[in-house]
Amino acid sequence: MQNKLYNYGTAILSAFEYLLEKYPEVFVMGQGLWSPWYVGNSMTNLDKKFGKKRIIDTPVSESACTGAAVGASLAGLKPIVVHPRMDFMLYAMDAIVNQAAKWSHMIGGQANPCVTIRGIINRGGEQGAQHSQALHAWFAHIPGLRVVMPYSVADARDLFIASVLCKDPVIFIDDRWLYEQEDTLSPIVELDLKKEGPKCIATGKDLTIVASGYSTLLAMKAKDELEKYKISAEIMDLRVLNPLDSSPLIESIKKTGRLIVIDGGWKNCGMAGEVIAAIVENLDLNHFKSSPQRITLPDAPAPTSRELEKIYYPDVHKIINMSRFILQ
Amino acid sequence: MENFFNDLINPNNFSEQIDIQGFKEDKLFYFLRQMMLIRLVENKLASARRDNIIGGPVHLGVGQEAIAVGVASNLNKSDRVFGAHRSHAHVLSMGADIFKLFAEVLGRDSGLSRGMGGSMHLWDQPNGFYGSVPIVSGTVPLAVGAGIAASIQKTNDIAVSYFGDGAMEEGVVHESLNLAKITNAPVLFVAENNLFSSHMHISLRQPSSMLSRFAIANNIPYQVVDGNNIVSISNAAKKLINNLRNGDGPGFIEAVTYRWYGHVDWREDVDVGVNRSNMDIKKWKMRDPILRLKKALLDKNLIKENEIESLENDLNSAINHAWSKSLSAPFPPKESLLSRVYAK
Repeated sequence: MQNKLYNYGTAILSAFEYLLEKYPEVFVMGQGLWSPWYVGNSMTNLDKKFGKKRIIDTPVSESACTGAAVGASLAGLKPIVVHPRMDFMLYAMDAIVNQAAKWSHMIGGQANPCVTIRGIINRGGEQGAQHSQALHAWFAHIPGLRVVMPYSVADARDLFIASVLCKDPVIFIDDRWLYEQEDTLSPIVELDLKKEGPKCIATGKDLTIVASGYSTLLAMKAKDELEKYKISAEIMDLRVLNPLDSSPLIESIKKTGRLIVIDGGWKNCGMAGEVIAAIVENLDLNHFKSSPQRITLPDAPAPTSRELEKIYYPDVHKIINMSRFILQ
Repeated sequence: MENFFNDLINPNNFSEQIDIQGFKEDKLFYFLRQMMLIRLVENKLASARRDNIIGGPVHLGVGQEAIAVGVASNLNKSDRVFGAHRSHAHVLSMGADIFKLFAEVLGRDSGLSRGMGGSMHLWDQPNGFYGSVPIVSGTVPLAVGAGIAASIQKTNDIAVSYFGDGAMEEGVVHESLNLAKITNAPVLFVAENNLFSSHMHISLRQPSSMLSRFAIANNIPYQVVDGNNIVSISNAAKKLINNLRNGDGPGFIEAVTYRWYGHVDWREDVDVGVNRSNMDIKKWKMRDPILRLKKALLDKNLIKENEIESLENDLNSAINHAWSKSLSAPFPPKESLLSRVYAK
């Protein structure tokens, strides 16, 4: 069994199966859950296996459904809401920002909305401005939310399980561009999300590249390319964006002295800027051999035209150029 | 139903004593006591706010007490009640400790929400009150979720969602009615139609003032009731809640009422009220739910004037005791600013 090959999507599926089998208080709601095509292969046949009472395909009502999940969590369940495309999740902002994120604090720690809100980034293919967004930085801005963005196939499964078992509201963001990634997985060990954070997933000595989700995949591909230029990059995968633990990142910069942050969101008030600030304000500047840099989306909505799409998203080429530039 | 509704929103009607036939004395006394308690507590809050002893806003529901008391008389502590910005009555009707309510409004650590919520964020889950928040309609989908949870948990419990006529204008309420119906969730929607959202009369906000039209649109069983008649409320809630507990899906009560104070704090807001006049307030005070019950009890010789007086004295002394205790209760510790953001 241990040699079975999972991809990112089936890893999430196996997390669902584990949770639904082991925890009767877990249930799932969202649009498209009774359809085979909405969420890739990450939820196949869950309704048949666990019943339509626990796998609820909902009306087109992101706001009420997310709010209902928050309410169900206050009533003792561990709900998972699925938003097959994150852009539509904006309808649910009150439930997420005013309700889920606030209840613990404003009720004095007595009420914990232990809801997991899964938002899927689904972009490219000329889908354009309203079918493309990666809004993790928005959610990471809100105290009270935990924001999880897995890159690896193992994290897709294990951080999902940890998110659902966590007593806090968690925004779990997975990316359709990662679904084809494959890996073998060890048996499930439940993680405590509070103890999870940024991780070094490849060591190097010349340069630290920090990224999350699909951007981490780009960073890993860039690392291989950079070897050709005799540049040794260390890759730090953020994994948990809020609360952000900058200490492992700082340790890495102490070693390499150079920093590039890759982010699939926008630049202004974005995750990349936050990562740089969190490092710079806690590390003496004489540790830096060059100014920290970021590679993000340009501050524009996603285009539809494929020629514009090509220049819109961060890619390996941009990372190579930036890395060579700061090592000059 | 529309004719009855139009009669209800006319302040010249329904100021006579209520019909208490068929109700046991102890139940009627309970109604009286609860409504008087809520009235006196809220008047205490009004004067403390006026005197600036309470720092934050208080949304008072004086005049609307019958709705919460009538609904709660059919609820259990294992039910899941959600309120909104004007929810002192909702939490007290479930049996909340008045000291804890006062301490909360004063921001003290021994308050219902440990001093972190104030008047607008109340919580008393051990008594079945799951929480109230001031974002208009914010808790309506939460109540639907608590109802969906009740059916997944295979309990007989129900969820209750209190909201006002202003909330009816929020899209999520319509999503919530639809979602509750399609999932057959045991949720009682209680629309307290006091005709005003903040300063503005419903006739300037909605093409029709009867909120139940949306229950009809969602095929949800509903009752339109005189919100200032405790017996009507209790009866309507009883009937709908029985159906909910039998698994028949959601229900909807529209209770027509009126708030004596303005939208927030102790003033009457005649000067900011569109279509709100001193004359209207005076007429609506004639439809006082407490007065109408008192009249009926006195008329049937079930209670004497001096017994009502002594009840009021008892309630006032309990209130004054709780109030002075809450004034000396400690504030939340400084570390609670950060320590309560995430679960322990």
